Amino acid sequence: MKGPLQDAAPIELTLRVNGTAHTLQVPPLRRLLDVLRDELSLTGSKEGCGEGECGACTVLVDGEPVLACLIAACQVQDAEILTIEGAGLESIQQAFLDEGGAQCGICTPGMIVMTKAWIERCRRDDVEPTELGARTALAGNQCRCTGYGAIIAAALRAAAPGDGSS
Amino acid sequence: MKVVSARTLEQALEALATATPATRLLAGGTDLMVELQTGRAQPDLVVEIGGVSELRAIRETEQGLVLGAACTCSDLIASSLAARFGDILVSAARDVGAVQIQNRATLGGNLGTASPAADLTPALLALGATLQLRSHGASRELPLSEFFTGYRQTARRPDELIAGVVLPPRPPNELRAFRKVGTRRAQSISKLVLALAVSHEQGRVLRARVAAGSVADRSIRMTHLERALEAGATGDERSAAIAHSVAHDASPQDDVRSSAQYRSAVLGRVLTRMLAGLPES
Repeated sequence: MKGPLQDAAPIELTLRVNGTAHTLQVPPLRRLLDVLRDELSLTGSKEGCGEGECGACTVLVDGEPVLACLIAACQVQDAEILTIEGAGLESIQQAFLDEGGAQCGICTPGMIVMTKAWIERCRRDDVEPTELGARTALAGNQCRCTGYGAIIAAALRAAAPGDGSS
Repeated sequence: MKVVSARTLEQALEALATATPATRLLAGGTDLMVELQTGRAQPDLVVEIGGVSELRAIRETEQGLVLGAACTCSDLIASSLAARFGDILVSAARDVGAVQIQNRATLGGNLGTASPAADLTPALLALGATLQLRSHGASRELPLSEFFTGYRQTARRPDELIAGVVLPPRPPNELRAFRKVGTRRAQSISKLVLALAVSHEQGRVLRARVAAGSVADRSIRMTHLERALEAGATGDERSAAIAHSVAHDASPQDDVRSSAQYRSAVLGRVLTRMLAGLPES
């Protein structure tokens, strides 16, 4: 890797990823996505477009869904990160399996993490999970294989009451 | 290249004191990280201000509503004060990217990048927003309508940052409308953005602010139409004023997202529809 993203003097970065604390020496503008994949070997988060269009690198930073390709290492100092490798996603993953909501798999980690954020948002705001709500929440996550029917069905299945995710 | 992560406004302003035209501010990162990744940006200094909480406040003052420049689109969407003072700004924030982008993209970043396709800017122009610019030991205010000086060019000096945006109080009777036209609802860059705020009393227009994006080298005010509305144009006269303003205030281009012809046609049509909401005298 070259260019301005790797170009400044390293900083000491402390963060928690999926509940595990890490301290790393990284260039301050290194993308969170590269920190996760290359430094921590958490390759579940995918790089689809690298410019904030596709949602494949969606992770939760302090509980909020964001794109790991657009966040610099210096912006996640002391943050709590959840990636597709983290705990609490099993029932959503099962819903995607049950509905056939995956094909090549590149978009799937982002879809599942975003679904988790959407379900938690519905619970926090006491809002009924609806198809429109799922489509709006997942509007920034693009799939080039299956079409969205099975993905939306999986999100709704995961959000169904009594499902016990989170 | 040097990177300074500022934790306070004062630290940010001190770091900016030595800024050059190549220096960049990093807040949400939704524009700058892409420019860095592709090599389009080659800064000498990056001042990171995303963690400066003073820049993220929303508060009501005698001037109106002061929005910190590091407020994200999600902050605007969640704020009842923003809804009260700047309903069309909140509508614009909902049309930015998707949730992941709304959680990071900031008010100040949308203005500072000065893309002619910016989603928030036309709404802010229609609302008559004023910018608060700060530098080390100095501050100034500038009407947003005087901020853009060319394609991605602004009146901000390298040592300044946008600290906040002031929205004036809402007049008693004001028609407001916002519309973004893109290829799809989410994650699209606009073909056209339109926002207006027209205050009126007993069928008479008192003040009109009409703003558009993606139809010139910068976000613009449609001043010919504003003056015609304030002079009382209705009916056929108003239709003629819309056509005149589209022809003379806008200068759309053909590009990858749309054509000049489409932009002009839709601009006129959306304006006509929005202004149909004005009460007749």
